[in-house]
Amino acid sequence: MNQTSPQKQNALARKEGLRSALTYLFLSVWAVVVLFPFYWMVLTSIKSYGAYNSEHTPVFVTLSPTLENYQNAFTAVPLGGYLLNTLIFAVATTAAMVVVSTLAAYAFARLRFRGKNLVFGLFLSMMMIPTELVVITNFVTITNLDLRNSFLGLILPSITSVFYIYLLKENFEQVPNELYKAAKVDGTSDLKYLWKVMVPICRPTLVTITILKLIECWNSYVWPRLITDDPAYFLVSNGIQEIRENGFGRENVPAMMATVVVISVPLILLFLGFRKKIMEGVSRGGTKG
Amino acid sequence: MDRNSKKAWLYLLPSLVLLGAFLIYPLIDVLIYSVEECYNFASQTYQGVGLYNYSYVLHDPYFLQAVENTFVLVVITVPCSTVLALLISTALSSIRPLRQLFQTIYFLPYVTNTLAVGLVFMVLFQRTEYTDGLVNLMLGWFEAGPIDFINGPHWAKMFVLCFYTIWVVLPFKILVLTSALASVSEEYYKAARVDGTSRTRIFFRITLPMISPMIVYLVITGFIGAFKAYSDAVALFGTDLNAAGMNTIVGYVYDMLYGDSGGYPSYASAAAIILFVIVLTITCVNLLVTRKRISD
Amino acid sequence: MNITLENLTKRFPARGRKAQGETTAVRDLSFQVPDGMLVGLLGPSGCGKSTTLNMICGLETPTSGKIFFGEEDVTSLAPELRGVGMVFQNYALYPHLTVMQNILFPLENLKGKDRPTRQEMRRRALETARLVQIEELLERRPRELSGGQQQRVAIARALVKMPRVLLLDEPLSNLDARLRLQTREEICKIQKKTGITTLFVTHDQEEAMSISDWIVVMKEGVLMQQGAPQQVYDDPQNLFVAKFLGTPPINVFEGLVKNGRLLLDGQEALSVPGAPDGDVWVGIRPEGFLPHPQGTVSCALDRVEVLGRDTSIVCAHPACQSGTVRAIIQSENQVDPAGKTVRFALRPEKVFLFHRETEERIRFDCTSQAGL
Repeated sequence: MNQTSPQKQNALARKEGLRSALTYLFLSVWAVVVLFPFYWMVLTSIKSYGAYNSEHTPVFVTLSPTLENYQNAFTAVPLGGYLLNTLIFAVATTAAMVVVSTLAAYAFARLRFRGKNLVFGLFLSMMMIPTELVVITNFVTITNLDLRNSFLGLILPSITSVFYIYLLKENFEQVPNELYKAAKVDGTSDLKYLWKVMVPICRPTLVTITILKLIECWNSYVWPRLITDDPAYFLVSNGIQEIRENGFGRENVPAMMATVVVISVPLILLFLGFRKKIMEGVSRGGTKG
Repeated sequence: MDRNSKKAWLYLLPSLVLLGAFLIYPLIDVLIYSVEECYNFASQTYQGVGLYNYSYVLHDPYFLQAVENTFVLVVITVPCSTVLALLISTALSSIRPLRQLFQTIYFLPYVTNTLAVGLVFMVLFQRTEYTDGLVNLMLGWFEAGPIDFINGPHWAKMFVLCFYTIWVVLPFKILVLTSALASVSEEYYKAARVDGTSRTRIFFRITLPMISPMIVYLVITGFIGAFKAYSDAVALFGTDLNAAGMNTIVGYVYDMLYGDSGGYPSYASAAAIILFVIVLTITCVNLLVTRKRISD
Repeated sequence: MNITLENLTKRFPARGRKAQGETTAVRDLSFQVPDGMLVGLLGPSGCGKSTTLNMICGLETPTSGKIFFGEEDVTSLAPELRGVGMVFQNYALYPHLTVMQNILFPLENLKGKDRPTRQEMRRRALETARLVQIEELLERRPRELSGGQQQRVAIARALVKMPRVLLLDEPLSNLDARLRLQTREEICKIQKKTGITTLFVTHDQEEAMSISDWIVVMKEGVLMQQGAPQQVYDDPQNLFVAKFLGTPPINVFEGLVKNGRLLLDGQEALSVPGAPDGDVWVGIRPEGFLPHPQGTVSCALDRVEVLGRDTSIVCAHPACQSGTVRAIIQSENQVDPAGKTVRFALRPEKVFLFHRETEERIRFDCTSQAGL
């Protein structure tokens, strides 16, 4: 055994090396699959319309980059307006969501009242209601209230999220009870305690749900599509659909790609800035689709 | 009611009002809509109560097409994405350098706008008069194609839809599985190594059973998500999904509500409830099967 | 099977982006575990004892040095080829497998001609289960077992492949105090019954002293002393070992040796023939104090704790390093609890001198003393 051992060790090391090389190869292949669409959209967006259309066989690089498509995106179609709408919608909805959820979570976590457990149970069961079921009536409600093509109509049904209330409540409950009692002894009001103590302590969770909600709003498509048919109120998702079907007069793929880049960049920047928080929040219970 | 209770209800008021108006009331209302026959949206009148709406929907060829598409999508994407995610996250957990970089890259699709990136996929797969598109160029290297994936045969369109769906859902699955794998205690692997357990045996007898609750969770949420597929299809094939033959059940609901054939909330409600029943049934079956297998 | 470690060293690259260089977990460690003995590897946490255990079982490869099982060099052998059984600190029982499946697991890994038949596997698993007395738990799952039962399952799983060496990593740290006493006797009994050379790691000196045939004391990756437990206790080679072993711990004083006499706070306490002059640390075991009206050491009495068989006297001495001195005396030797001071004579064999800088033992002739 003593003689064969080094050779065996070598063979093992070789096998290990091969295995790790294959692993990296596999991971790199998938990384290319993930990144390629992003590369392609950036690449296409800096090709000129003429150059793109004269390539019968797609070319992987371009030697004459141009920003004319970006200029086009903001002038030929109202992309700036779409972006502004989405920004207003996302910020307003998220702000309202944070306030409403904080209040509700505080009531569940700290205040004592009759029927608390029952109400909370009801809240939890609401997580199971699929949006597809309620969207129909909401559509009718908003139409009857004459709120179609208005920010109010866009925002109101998008505010509440039972899941975020649940997440916040769990976090609030981890704040030791003694702090509340101490504050009460000092004569602090509930609202002040919430604002001065709870919110600062639970800021990481609040930041997480804010970011997740912003992403959700930026990408929302179904509700805005139902509720707006006036392009003046389109969000980016609807805008991109509109551009695809009617924009730029003809099949101007480079210009479309420029709009796609403009729409994607804010989210990717947000993601790179808050990578840890976003991934942590999503793994705690986000879903997509 | 004492002062404290009043205060608590005050704190809850905003969310209760919003949830009541936009979640609870609609839930009840949708059931009512679905049984009101010949509902007229303009005059808001109906002529009777019955199950005609359901029967109409179930006999609508567009709906049947949508159901078929949805089922194909579910049957293909759920197993494929789960297995792929498992492979990728296992590979990810076995490396140390570059792991963070790969994780970040793999998560990117989660934070992109489905509609916007769908457009890129359309461009990659589409065949127009000017160009065959990139995918066909690559197919050409293997002496295959060209195929128009966006306006061509049904199977080709289905392929693109499945591919795009998997691309979109993988980040979440990889993330969940990677953290599940990381939570398996290192001691189990050490114990297995001392006992000379082979790699495959470690994977199938230790790793897989240990993370099986997370896999079950992913399969169930995967089923639910895939049954609700819609935006991916719109992103690839445009808003008129019926014409493309690529509609999904959710797409059918929205089209009935407000689309080219829109203005029929009753039919939409009936279709939505049918979808809900299908999803509920499959989730229950899933839970029963896994519960039984785990308790065995 | 002897286990021999020769100049074993293990260095880890430093963790973290900013940290530079390496940390040395084990430094030039050599000792031998005699065949068939139960050996306790003892040291405070972070002293490299777990790393040592991992190198013996093959989970870590040493940076340098050699490991022998008997005559065979196993330094670079894969763990499964070494014939070691290992019990992990948290037991590492597979939660989704029953007790029986857990015990069978190592056997099912065997391949080729080593692989026993299904029946043989079951027979051996049952036999092992009987040895550790868990035969009625075989169909349960780990989470349905108490800590002590899980511990025994883990031992059974380690023993079922009939290892040449059994290794246990902190085997008792997850048990409550009562179970700990019971389980350590259990381990001792199983070891005697099987006769397998067994090495266990612990940071609890009492645990190591009570069941080991041999203990090895480590500090910061370096061997401090090894020997039979009583021998190490009676004859510590340095201040660290003296302080680490024994409950209540040894009392440490600052002292001065002058002309073969030991001075504590300027007062002569003991004659130490053969010890060189200079500053020293003086370690006196709690049982080294004898209350005596003409005793050489005078302490301010704080309180007297009656423990039944023994009496513990807590008092203060100006030269004492930690401030309080604790002496254990037999109950027959009365001390007046109301008294202000108490005088002790010292038992020279319970007094150890250590060099003030190197903390190495300084020996003196304690046999020539006229005991009081």
